[in-house]
Amino acid sequence: METSGTVVITLEGLESLIGLLKRRGYRVIGPTVRDQAIIYDEIAALAELPRGWTDEQQGGLYRLVPRDDDAVFGYAVGPHSWKKFLHPPTELLWTAERTEKGLRVTPAPLPDERFAFIGVRGCDLHAIAIQDRVLTHGGKIDPHYRARREALFIVAVNCAVAGATCFCVSMQTGPKATGAYDLALTELGREEDHRFVVEAGSEAGRVVLAELPHRAATEKDIAEAEAVVSATAANMGRSMRSDDLHELLLRNLNHPRWDEVAARCLTCGNCTMVCPTCFCTTVEDATDLAGHRISRSQRWDSCFTMDFSFIHGGSVRASPRSRYRQWMTHKLATWQDQFGTMGCVGCGRCITWCPVGIDITEEVAAIRDSEQH
Amino acid sequence: MPSKNAKPRLAVWKFASCDGCQLSLLDCEDELLAVAQAVEIAYFPEAVRSALSGRYDLSLVEGSITTPEDAERIREVRRRSRYLVTIGACATAGGIQALRNFADVAEYAAVVYARPDYIRTLATSTPIADHVPVDFELRGCPINKRQLVEVISAFLAGRRPAVPPHAVCIECKRNGNVCVMVAHGTPCLGPVTHTGCAALCPSYNRGCYGCYGPKETPNAPSLSRWLAALGMDARALQRLYRTFNANAAPFREESERHGA
Repeated sequence: METSGTVVITLEGLESLIGLLKRRGYRVIGPTVRDQAIIYDEIAALAELPRGWTDEQQGGLYRLVPRDDDAVFGYAVGPHSWKKFLHPPTELLWTAERTEKGLRVTPAPLPDERFAFIGVRGCDLHAIAIQDRVLTHGGKIDPHYRARREALFIVAVNCAVAGATCFCVSMQTGPKATGAYDLALTELGREEDHRFVVEAGSEAGRVVLAELPHRAATEKDIAEAEAVVSATAANMGRSMRSDDLHELLLRNLNHPRWDEVAARCLTCGNCTMVCPTCFCTTVEDATDLAGHRISRSQRWDSCFTMDFSFIHGGSVRASPRSRYRQWMTHKLATWQDQFGTMGCVGCGRCITWCPVGIDITEEVAAIRDSEQH
Repeated sequence: MPSKNAKPRLAVWKFASCDGCQLSLLDCEDELLAVAQAVEIAYFPEAVRSALSGRYDLSLVEGSITTPEDAERIREVRRRSRYLVTIGACATAGGIQALRNFADVAEYAAVVYARPDYIRTLATSTPIADHVPVDFELRGCPINKRQLVEVISAFLAGRRPAVPPHAVCIECKRNGNVCVMVAHGTPCLGPVTHTGCAALCPSYNRGCYGCYGPKETPNAPSLSRWLAALGMDARALQRLYRTFNANAAPFREESERHGA
């Protein structure tokens, strides 16, 4: 079957897509309900997607709630991000063994798992692109990340729901999926004529799409799909002016607002763990009791820990104020100097999953507003 | 690192405690033989019969100081030990028995014992580090046996133990758990609590009880404000901080800000 341009598939088509990707050797990862939240995990069938579920989010608050329709992608992003698969929380780097001839070091094998992600939102596509830049360009390349990334198949979704902590429009990352996807879906007609408008974004996407039962998209389908994205864009829960952040923050490094936010900040590191662009790791060595074997692994670290900035003599950023300021100014300002992009995609996870609801958009607004008085 | 010929001498000491932490060493089933091969277990009343004599390369100390005799004995242990590592909430914070620090011990004794005049005890339960210098504190009620093996391995290799002092939250997130506080409204001490338990309770959808005591730079007042807004009253907040690590300064001070 030839496929050119935009097509339409049904729910059965989506089911076929999951099966097809599995048959092609992918580990299919998608949203699914667990522990009263929509998380990302391996899925085997359409039935495992959160059909009929949505979420309510606010600063420090997330609730899974039923929808009044059968939408499969009718929710915003949850506690997980795709970095948990591409840039996992712990990664073995090498092991070493003491032998008669000395120390024998064995690098950890490169991963051979091929992931297919289902339901990647615009914000998260941009987050993956940002991590690509950090981990596969320039001086320090992470070969494990690169191996997983090169084998990745991405099924993006144009967002039909704006969460109350979402601000992708401000960061120009969504709600329409843009960037490196293989297929992009827009969900339509959740009650009647439930279907998905599909665009291929790569040759691999076109090949897969050609094998799915589909029909050509009509003008009506395309107009409806565009309306979904426009409606989502008009309903962002948060906004943050982003064109002047570099100057704004760097000229306010001694603003009293940093003390106010530090009084609330728990320095627990949750914001960095849920952030889809935060990439920092530390290395940890383990030795066995006999002293024959050593292993070194990499694990997610956070700029909110004292060890993160520990150098000779102690931690450089001992105060919570300096740690929060480091995180936020890096995300929004100095990331641009370092990597040429913004470090924030407006997904809102740091707001929702902060245990005390600290809101990055509110902190920026407070600093900006103070300059106008 | 000690020479190959003379295995380092290990001692395990008990002060006011439930024995749970030192039993963690016996609970290291898979590693126990390796431990016994790597060190000479020179004093460990729970496991081997041997007399207290000589000096020890590594002393693991469980329990808190609650009697005048123990306040003297810990000095003797320190004198005999090259490295002294305290294990568990009793030894590192004073334990659950430090609840006495908030009350009148004479009154407690009168209520509990038929002949309170037989009881000779201190007015407080205090951590070992309040009495003698301590080389490393391993937290937890009880301690995590993997961390105990790590501390012993690090000692043998002459390196710093990989026992990070950050919040439970980081471990919880690395495990992929859904936050019980944000998603379920369950009060959780994770954001102010020292990691080490592998985020055990949140992994089973329970809030953290703070068994490992305060993390580095904890901000308990901010967490309490949030919990109060979620509906926790002052008495409940006080009790939240007054468990196994009630006497650890950040938890003690926070508990004193709440309740009657």
